[in-house]
Amino acid sequence: MLSLAAVSAGYGSFQALFGVSLDIKRGEAVGVIGPNGAGKTTLMRVISGLIPVRDGAMTLEGQPISDLPAHRMVEQGIAHVPENRRLFPRLSVEENLRIGAFIPAARARFAEQLDWVYNLFPRLKDRRAQLAGTMSGGEQQMCAIARALMSKPKVLLMDEPSAGLAPLVVQQVFELVHKIRAEGLTVLIVEQNVQQVLEVVDRAYLLEVGAIKLSGTAAELKGNDFIRAAYMGL
Amino acid sequence: MDIYLLEAIINGILLGGVLALLALGLNLIFGVVDVVWIAYADIVMCGMYAIYFLYAEYGVPLPLACLIAIIGVAGLGVLVHLLIIEPVLDSPPLNQLLATGGLLFFLQSFATLLFGTEFRNIGVRLPVLEFASMYVSFARLIAFVVGLIGAVALYVFLKRTYVGTAIRAIAQDREIVGLMGIDQRRVYLVVSAVGGALAGLAACLLALQYDVHPFIGNTFGPVIFMICVLGGLGNMIGGFVASFVISQIIAIGGYYSNTELAYVFAFALFIVLMFIRPRGLFAP
Repeated sequence: MLSLAAVSAGYGSFQALFGVSLDIKRGEAVGVIGPNGAGKTTLMRVISGLIPVRDGAMTLEGQPISDLPAHRMVEQGIAHVPENRRLFPRLSVEENLRIGAFIPAARARFAEQLDWVYNLFPRLKDRRAQLAGTMSGGEQQMCAIARALMSKPKVLLMDEPSAGLAPLVVQQVFELVHKIRAEGLTVLIVEQNVQQVLEVVDRAYLLEVGAIKLSGTAAELKGNDFIRAAYMGL
Repeated sequence: MDIYLLEAIINGILLGGVLALLALGLNLIFGVVDVVWIAYADIVMCGMYAIYFLYAEYGVPLPLACLIAIIGVAGLGVLVHLLIIEPVLDSPPLNQLLATGGLLFFLQSFATLLFGTEFRNIGVRLPVLEFASMYVSFARLIAFVVGLIGAVALYVFLKRTYVGTAIRAIAQDREIVGLMGIDQRRVYLVVSAVGGALAGLAACLLALQYDVHPFIGNTFGPVIFMICVLGGLGNMIGGFVASFVISQIIAIGGYYSNTELAYVFAFALFIVLMFIRPRGLFAP
């Protein structure tokens, strides 16, 4: 469904990604793991159009999307839950969700999507009039995911959904990811929390210094000695 | 209470309505685009000339002349953004200030060149209302009511529409709105048009009360900046409240001495407040 072929990208004279190739099939959940500074967030930002592709090709359902700016990617069906959630803190929960449904196609089915999202995360319905910035970290993550879902994406990108959250809340966030998977969405998730992310994805890629070092099914990676030693502390 | 003091207070409240409209427009643009339009009051001046020529010279009915002026100044706002703001969006704030400051001198000089320095009045004489032996100018009353209607309309637009919500969102997190499918550039154009329309509406209300001349912007431009800074730049509600604080200081100061000294007092108070609360009266 989403495919990257030898994609390179960077900031100014700094190159962060070196010929990254990956493929995600419909309905699959794929993880990208790796250390700090490996280029995981850059990869997400390239896919959602925040950073331009310098070299290589990116396609969604066979359509080239390498040259589209971020605001056009949403129409194509890519939604991005950014690192650190990045909610609009002084907008209410429901206003954040409304912003998530900004594109014309999403506005037309706003009520229906809102029902779906509130069903998925009933807590948000209770908090719908509250300012997003005043909620707990876990609730904010819930809201950030819900906001991305409002555009009814084909592919959901999640950048470090567990970052900065208490261990118990991290558990809840991974339960949210399970829920989203159950809805049949295609998910690409970046995480440092290797052990837990391998529990929710089908496959994963290991990104180191801007290049894919390893890939395999979650089971394969869980059994891989290098991953176990370097990323799971086993 | 002294009846003349009460009259001054009422006139102060009425003055606040128009100032609030301009403070809202300036704050809206600053909050979203992050550039201070130094020439904002001079864009109002352009609108006042438009009304003068349309109504007083070419005989266009006043409501239609006002409508044309509002649309025209909204268009001017878009033009200012495209020609002057967009090229300096990523420049240091000082360069942006110099660019919009340059526009101020350009507009004032250009108006002097085209229309000369004479004071022109649209010649609408509205009655002075008298009640309980106090005198209130009808033009000011209209300006106040229409100013408030404009402020409410802006509030509803920002609160109830998708574009309005996007405008508030972009002021809170500029970078991430792209991920919501929002084209930042288009929002900036909408905001410049709305800011221009508010300036156009203010021009209609001011043309009823004041003569237009190329430097009319200088008489209320600095007051509007003072209001915006006092309310906290970009803080719409703060600016709205500060409009009435400043207009009261000017009105009551004018009652105890004269208007000129009232302005001196208002600006002196402003400087002192900037030492005490540098981020505005309503900063958290």
